[in-house]
Amino acid sequence: MANVLAVLEQRNGALRKGAAELLAAARQLADQLGGSVDALVCGSGAVAGTESLGAHGADRVLTATDAAFAQYAPEAIVATVKGLGAYGAVLIAATATGKDLAPRLAAAMGAACGMDVTAVSAAGGAIRVVRPVYAGKAIQTLDLAGTPVVAVRPGAYAAVQAGKAGAVEAVTVPAFSARLMVTGITAPERASLDVAEARVVVAGGRGLGEPQHFALLEQLAAAFGGEAAVGASRAVVDAGWIGHGAQVGQTGKTVAPELYIAVGVSGAIQHLAGMRTAKVIVAINRDKDAPIFKVADYGIVGDLFEIVPALTEAVAKAKQ
Amino acid sequence: MKIAICLRRVPDTTTKIVVGAGGTAIDETGVKFVPNPYDEYALEAAIALKDAAGAGETVVVALGGDAVQETLRTALAMGVDRAVHLQGTPSADGLANARVLADHLKDGGYDLVLFGKLAVDDYGQQVGAMVAELLGVPCATAITSLAVEGGRAKVTREVEGGVEAAECALPAVLTCDKGLNTPRLPSLKGIMAAKKKPLDIVPVTVPAGQVTVVSLALPPERAAGKILGEGAAAVPALVAALTSDAKVL
Repeated sequence: MANVLAVLEQRNGALRKGAAELLAAARQLADQLGGSVDALVCGSGAVAGTESLGAHGADRVLTATDAAFAQYAPEAIVATVKGLGAYGAVLIAATATGKDLAPRLAAAMGAACGMDVTAVSAAGGAIRVVRPVYAGKAIQTLDLAGTPVVAVRPGAYAAVQAGKAGAVEAVTVPAFSARLMVTGITAPERASLDVAEARVVVAGGRGLGEPQHFALLEQLAAAFGGEAAVGASRAVVDAGWIGHGAQVGQTGKTVAPELYIAVGVSGAIQHLAGMRTAKVIVAINRDKDAPIFKVADYGIVGDLFEIVPALTEAVAKAKQ
Repeated sequence: MKIAICLRRVPDTTTKIVVGAGGTAIDETGVKFVPNPYDEYALEAAIALKDAAGAGETVVVALGGDAVQETLRTALAMGVDRAVHLQGTPSADGLANARVLADHLKDGGYDLVLFGKLAVDDYGQQVGAMVAELLGVPCATAITSLAVEGGRAKVTREVEGGVEAAECALPAVLTCDKGLNTPRLPSLKGIMAAKKKPLDIVPVTVPAGQVTVVSLALPPERAAGKILGEGAAAVPALVAALTSDAKVL
């Protein structure tokens, strides 16, 4: 019997979305291990959302309170987790922050780290993880011995209603030495969804012809009513048409939205690697032989300057 | 300013992946290997920081078989001063590799140890932060800006929905993301000079890890799609498909 610890992420006193998903992964693993789920919430005060964790599968909710948790404080979280005792596995959401925290924690615990996994399960005495490698061009299965730290990719698990006690217990934050001082988070200049988080991604490539034509994609994204982000191929990011944060592919972000609309993107192998797990892929391209059509569920061949505005109008109408 | 850069040799990102006979690694036949793209941001940052400081040393370090020497020479051609080849077989366990690197780096007197954000082969994204933890020094990962002044590093990194700013004292370990800088290409002069720069070979033993590779497989192929038509006339068919078949609209 081994218990599972889910280390949850909060910002500004509220749990980040994805807490329930992570608990679903933790619940499933704990049930396989015959153990229970502890959820750890580190905050500088009360953290909104803590009360709902039992309903999503936490047997116990451990709250650690320290002024340091007003910002991301990796050393303080590591010290807190180390003070909690033995677990069969420690789960963290593989967000930007989680990917930073997981290896620190693993090294401090002398543990293996399974990064960005899409499935985690018990396998004999080990914890088995499945994870995309080569930006999704291949899938690796690893067995992790000991008490591994596993970073679970957001979206890999769906939240469940589990109806556990979720009794809240305060835990102490042991002494720690803060080495990295996070001074704050500033919102990007234009408030927009991150391509890695959006339900819909509208991505543009060289076929747009000029940087200002990204406006067409912004309009299409806007028609989805705040659910869509604009992405891009490496070619146009390297050409400076759009910021690197929008890049989808092997040297950019790996995305798995429900809908991916590739506009004027030819579909280089390294781009396909970053978006092939999207639920539905739509390709709009002038070249009917473009590789993007091989992975697209639906394709339209033709002039994007004619097709995209028509699609924008039709989507806006459908969303009404 | 003494800076180490930890380098990985990876398949070029245009590589089509073929699973090797053992079913746990890729078939390397005909694969072109390059310096890990994210490591190039680390190399550029190191060279630029040393140039700005006007003094110091840049040292590129790689763990692996003899093939990494070619990758190390590429770094030397970019302008790094010298190279160290930690000659050994890397583990599937990032922590085991981190222990070897930390052991080598700990007495090196480095102000900064730089990594790429991740290696584009195993996507492990952990060795840099682990080395920092093992060395007991500050760490910031996936940085997109860096300023070093008065023995401190100020960085920013992208997080969901914003940009996080942080700072720490040196020595520190930083991992570098795209956007930090534009890596220089090796010049012909640099390539010639690289042949004469020191490349030390240090045999190492990588400790046993806690990770076993069970399998490597190709993802399921996507079912062949459907071209709905040409031009704007096909838009209604697309919207209908997205609404009623795919149910994503």
